[in-house]
Amino acid sequence: MYRYDEFDAKMVRERAQQFRYQVERRIKGELTEDEFKPLRLKNGLYLQLHSYMLRVAVPYGTLSARQMRQLARIARDYSRGYGHFTTRTNMQYHWPKLSEVPDILELLADVEMHCIQTSGNCVRNVTADHFAGAVAGELEDPRPICEIIRQWSSFHPEFNYLPRKFKIAVSATKEDRAAVKYHDIGMEVITNEAGETGYRVFVGGGMGRTPYVALEIGKFVGKEDILAYLEAILRVYNEYGRRDNIHKARVKILAHQLGADEFRRQVEVEFAEIKRHGTLHLPPEELKRIEAYFAPPAFEDLPETAPEFEAAVKADAGFAAWTRSNLTPHKAKGYAIATISLKTIGQTPGDASAEQMDGLAQIMEDFGFAEIRVSHEQNLVFPHVRKKDLPAVYARLQALDLGAANAGLITDIICCPGLDYCDLANARSIPVAMKLQERFADLERQHELGEIKIKMSGCINACGHHHAGHIGILGVDKKGVEFYQIQLGGSGAEDASVGEIMGPGFGKDEIVDAVERVVETYVALRAPGERLLETYRRVGMTPFKNAAYQEQMYAAY
Amino acid sequence: MPLIKNGAFVEDRFVFIPEGQAFPDDGGVMVSLARFQSERDSIIAHHRPVCVRLAANENPDVLKDDLPNIDAIALEFPIFRDGRAFSWARMLRERFAYQGEIRAVGHFLYDQLAFLMRVGFDAFEVRQDFRIAEFSRAMAEMTYVYQPSVDRRKTVMQIRRGE
Repeated sequence: MYRYDEFDAKMVRERAQQFRYQVERRIKGELTEDEFKPLRLKNGLYLQLHSYMLRVAVPYGTLSARQMRQLARIARDYSRGYGHFTTRTNMQYHWPKLSEVPDILELLADVEMHCIQTSGNCVRNVTADHFAGAVAGELEDPRPICEIIRQWSSFHPEFNYLPRKFKIAVSATKEDRAAVKYHDIGMEVITNEAGETGYRVFVGGGMGRTPYVALEIGKFVGKEDILAYLEAILRVYNEYGRRDNIHKARVKILAHQLGADEFRRQVEVEFAEIKRHGTLHLPPEELKRIEAYFAPPAFEDLPETAPEFEAAVKADAGFAAWTRSNLTPHKAKGYAIATISLKTIGQTPGDASAEQMDGLAQIMEDFGFAEIRVSHEQNLVFPHVRKKDLPAVYARLQALDLGAANAGLITDIICCPGLDYCDLANARSIPVAMKLQERFADLERQHELGEIKIKMSGCINACGHHHAGHIGILGVDKKGVEFYQIQLGGSGAEDASVGEIMGPGFGKDEIVDAVERVVETYVALRAPGERLLETYRRVGMTPFKNAAYQEQMYAAY
Repeated sequence: MPLIKNGAFVEDRFVFIPEGQAFPDDGGVMVSLARFQSERDSIIAHHRPVCVRLAANENPDVLKDDLPNIDAIALEFPIFRDGRAFSWARMLRERFAYQGEIRAVGHFLYDQLAFLMRVGFDAFEVRQDFRIAEFSRAMAEMTYVYQPSVDRRKTVMQIRRGE
């Protein structure tokens, strides 16, 4: 994985000092809270319901064992012993004290980490496919270009005061696990007719109160030009994105208002100017140099499977279930990609304790894993596991209470922190997610239901990606009472679509039953091999709606 | 308002002339874009130093043919969060090769000075209590830069490549 050189290292050190000075001035009263807010946000520091919340960047979701141990230490010393992995593959701590945040930044700098631009109206942490570099069928590892974008966007002098936040994701396979069409800029690695590799660039995807699937703006952008192209998009946005209404300030509004053709024309004008200037060219040797950091480990020449693995599948039903849901085929023979579910029934989705983080780091060290990934579905991933090691790895995960066999299944619920933590939220989301997990806890039933992605947000800002859920749940507040709306048919994958709202919300004691009726309707209607999403797309909303409201006496609105 | 240029306090050679107020007999004037456009010919004929003050939503593109006649352009920050002027300044320097003064006016913060400098601002109207030592401090907070900009500082990539 990427290692800082002296320049990167100095940047994060100086950033910690810079933030220390900002905190000092705030505490002395030289900065008003209004002035301090955007400054602290650019360093990922929010002021929430009960305390500050600090968001640590995990660029393209990749962590080393050493970094994981440091995250555990920070959780233990500054945050009541746990941290929360987010849908942007970041780590959030909920209880730091303002005066201690600069010290946390120093600890992060010690392990080549930071909080730079994890919030604020600037380019945020760049995300990638969490199976990058491991999965079959990938054109190339998308993370080197993510690292180049990380550097280019960090402290960008022109684009640190954009109309609104700006998120970039990169994918390099036909299957889109990075939700590129739901990002401000989504990049897909593709090959053109001449056989060159470059990027298809989408602009203007997003969730929130006006969800949009992104428009294709750059059909093929060559590698050497990609930074110039991104800069052109950002400039058009900085100049013409709306600043009069925070709810209309994202690039999705500008792009969809102008339309793909006009937005593309404006980008092309800027792109030509930036290229004429010539300074933002990305030399192929530089890309190669960064790519070398991401070279995969030397894979052993192994047989397709291992006797230890086959024996454990036969002997241990729990392990067998885990292999069915939590393993993904690896590009190298004899290896697997293992997803570590952070959705253990009864646990807050995405949370990990300091002990669990330390335990994961220990597994990495003991089995020689150089890295662990954070996925936007709030799970973790060991990208390169020898099949013969899987039974032992699984046993270690189970001992950490991280052996849930539900990756991609109905209890693998994406969920924002909701009203339990967040002052933007209208409703609690964690307790509802936990009740849904309990309802569908039966593992056999989960596997029988197949891939069902439930995504839940506690308000229309959609941090829980409810628009992209096969079943999306949105918490709303009506006169001080929490209600939950169901959406169906959303997808954040290569077949991206925005879910359709079913109708009035359900009360907190009704929502779990309503979801179950939706799921049972799917079971009754599905054609062989059909996922819930496909059944919904084939038959439409009506049968699901009829079933969901069947016993519904008190629909809210 | 105290004015910083080239890292030091300097005398301001422009006086802002509000709408409807007559120009003084001599000396530099700062005018709005609307006033510059309506009295362009007489302002230029007078050969006095002129600074055109643009609001955040006024694209300096409209001045491109007059740039040789304009001594300074003031770009306004209605609120420090409004970052349009970062692009306007860069466009003036890079696209139009504007050599005159580009001045930051309005509400901007200490914490933005280094970015402002990087995109081509060279003059700053600051608060009365602003200490010049703070300016040097702001410039020195970050040793390296990752991306090319108007200031032509060597980027980390260029240093790595031995350029």
